[in-house]
Amino acid sequence: MGEAPEYPLAEKQPGRLKTPSGLPFEEITLEAVLAGRVGMEDLRVTAEALELQAEIARRAGRRRLAENLARAAELTRLPEERILAIYQALRPGRSSREQLHALAAELERDYRAVRTAALLREAAEAISPGPAPPGEAG
Amino acid sequence: MLSKRSEARARRPIQRDSFIEEWPEAGLSLFDSPYDPPATLRIAGGRVVELDGRAESDFDWLDRFIARHAIDLESAPEAMALEAEELARRLTDISVPRSELVRLCGGLTPARLTQVVGRLNVVEMMMALQKMRARRTPANQAHVTNRKENPALLAADAAEAAERGFAELETTVGVSRYAPLNALAVLVGSQTGRGAALTQCAVEEALGLRLALLGLTSYAETLSVYGTEEAFRDGDDTPWSKAFLASAYASRGIKVRFTSGSGSEALMGHAGGRSMMYLEARCLMVVKGAGSQGVQNGSISCIALPESLPGGVRAVLGENLMAAMLDLEVASGNDAMASHSEIRKTAKLMLQFLPGADFIFSGYSAVPREDNLFGGGNFDAEDLDDYNVLQRDMQVDGGLRPVGEEELLAVRRRAAQALQAVFAELGLPPIRDEEVEAAARARSSEDMPERDAVADLAAAEAFLRRGGNAVEVIRALARRGFRDIAGKILALEKLRVSGDYLQTSALLLPGGRVLSAINDPNDYRGPGTGYRLSARRWAEIAALPQAADPRAVGRGTGAGPCLRSAGEAARSEDPLDVVIAVGPAFGGALEATLLGLPHRSVLEALMEGVREEGLRPRVVKIHHTADCGFIGHAGAQLSGSGVAVGIQSKGTTVIHRRGLAPLDNLELFPQAPNLTLETYRRIGRNAARYAKGAPVTPLPVEIDNTARLKYIVKTTILHRREIEQVVEGRPPEEMHWDG
Repeated sequence: MGEAPEYPLAEKQPGRLKTPSGLPFEEITLEAVLAGRVGMEDLRVTAEALELQAEIARRAGRRRLAENLARAAELTRLPEERILAIYQALRPGRSSREQLHALAAELERDYRAVRTAALLREAAEAISPGPAPPGEAG
Repeated sequence: MLSKRSEARARRPIQRDSFIEEWPEAGLSLFDSPYDPPATLRIAGGRVVELDGRAESDFDWLDRFIARHAIDLESAPEAMALEAEELARRLTDISVPRSELVRLCGGLTPARLTQVVGRLNVVEMMMALQKMRARRTPANQAHVTNRKENPALLAADAAEAAERGFAELETTVGVSRYAPLNALAVLVGSQTGRGAALTQCAVEEALGLRLALLGLTSYAETLSVYGTEEAFRDGDDTPWSKAFLASAYASRGIKVRFTSGSGSEALMGHAGGRSMMYLEARCLMVVKGAGSQGVQNGSISCIALPESLPGGVRAVLGENLMAAMLDLEVASGNDAMASHSEIRKTAKLMLQFLPGADFIFSGYSAVPREDNLFGGGNFDAEDLDDYNVLQRDMQVDGGLRPVGEEELLAVRRRAAQALQAVFAELGLPPIRDEEVEAAARARSSEDMPERDAVADLAAAEAFLRRGGNAVEVIRALARRGFRDIAGKILALEKLRVSGDYLQTSALLLPGGRVLSAINDPNDYRGPGTGYRLSARRWAEIAALPQAADPRAVGRGTGAGPCLRSAGEAARSEDPLDVVIAVGPAFGGALEATLLGLPHRSVLEALMEGVREEGLRPRVVKIHHTADCGFIGHAGAQLSGSGVAVGIQSKGTTVIHRRGLAPLDNLELFPQAPNLTLETYRRIGRNAARYAKGAPVTPLPVEIDNTARLKYIVKTTILHRREIEQVVEGRPPEEMHWDG
């Protein structure tokens, strides 16, 4: 398993971290919070940080965790309501195959969420009623 | 008709547990159901086309998801070619490193994973878990809830739990609308003292995500998975919805672990005749495929179901091990009542406690059982001292530390005060001073004053609606003089920007640092490797608040010396003379017996007894021996009547007579703890009656089975003191009684 000298990022390489609004990590201080310069919207992980974490996970031999974090990086671009709506759509019996494919297309088009879209397409073939076309699982 | 002994056994708590035989068709077997599939894997064209006896065209949701996401196609051919027994051996072989096993286990199918674990006995499973858990340092999670959903009490209990070392605090709700206030209270409490715990609030997914987004929680473990498609469907989820949700939480910097555990499918009526362990293996591979960093398993809320079956407790450990083999963080259950029997509950715990798990409990009830809204933990708040003792006994790091009463009260009170300030600043229904004080000292919510539930619920809903969040909490705390707590909450919230605790098996250390399987990977390779208690941690575990300084035992009772020297003792010729021979520390270096009876009073009682029979007591101090028999024997040589009472400083007493061998006697009272002043008086009387040749009924000796248990430590120390006073060759000394 690979070494990760840069981990934890907050301790070892805080200079590589920023808030979604672009504020450097080290400027998140109590003074800044009290002065109103940092709000809840700043205390959120960025796609870049998630990609760094995904890379650390990959080097540690955790491919699936890395894949999850890479999907998460994509989902940083989605508003909460969209996330909850997609989650609902993936629950049993909620969506037709076409609806899930349409959601996948939306994810790619509006949010550059290619990996998440692939997950939805796979779900479309697996969980929606009707026989799956042969060979789709690969 | 039962024998009387059986009747006594029938009243024992173990009889209230349920025990059944296996019934594979109903999913009521642990390993090797006749309906379990064979372990097979066929790969063609870079993908799985047959999994555990099922062709791709027949795959259900789980097969499909596992085939696509959870089997490492590179290591699979090699791993599946190994006999299950060979892999089982490697798990217990210290020369095979964890990383190699993780690589191989990644290529197994659920059926083969089950077979491998099934080859291990319970000790081998523990050896394997010690090596395979992801994080080197073990830790622990607490449940913090209360029946009245009193926020001040939640904050105080959370603060105490964090202070005791729990690395994660899980709360939940009775009424779900309370959730934002409960999460808020636990957050503030968690960062009051050491400031080293992540928190969560177990509620429905959408609300859970919302609380996390508001910074009121930092992790979630509500993502349940099941081992059959039917059970998944009843749980209203799919492997894909769970995988999506895992990414959704991560996208907001929230730690997630999934939940699974044997028995849930059988309980839901959807086991399909498969063994619990095979279904759990499927669950775990879905968890892994979804990209979760970890899982809580070990049957969880169904624990009494596997435990009703033969081998159930072993199998539950097997579940934990399977998760570790898949390189998942394991929060290893122990979170629901596993038995009515304290013996059985503790025995079960040892299987995770001794090898260590990432989180030994996925919910130790840090509150009394009746306040636990998760249904009551296997261990609860009143077992905490027992738990600390177990750590100390076994030299095992169970994740907790003993904390003194003063420190506990201080941190509890401060947490309640901090929350009181936050409520006031944020316009939430006030927490009164009497609530703060009650929360600091409360045993349970019974001790809490009533609150206006309608007002609390309305405030909670409004708080959520307007998006009340952690930053407001930080500001409120700082404004009201709780700057340190504000700083610690901010340090925690900052970590959602770095994502550091999204790595496998992460926990929070004081100072906002993260420890995980990345910077603390389990490197166990046998003795001298892996997790070892540091000198500092061991000192912390060993230092129970109730542990006494043995050097201080028996010192300074305040009774003061009661004997004065009157020169060397001579043999008396007076037939009415009865010697009371005392040990070398008696009435000097030591002042009281084992039971705490002042030597002064004991001597008084003995002398009074002798006098009651018309004889004359004479006190002699023996210096050359500390042994009770020899003390009595030496006294008898000096006694005019030939009879002497010998007494050690700890209170052990003998009646001796000249002519008897030193270790022979007329009567011996070895159990000093059972001796009262009245017994000493009667010993004096009996000695006098022996001296005058009157008939004597020996005093009945009381049997107390716990005497040795209670007093052996003090006995050892007092006896050592006595021996310290021994002066070889120094003759007996006549003593004046200052009574």
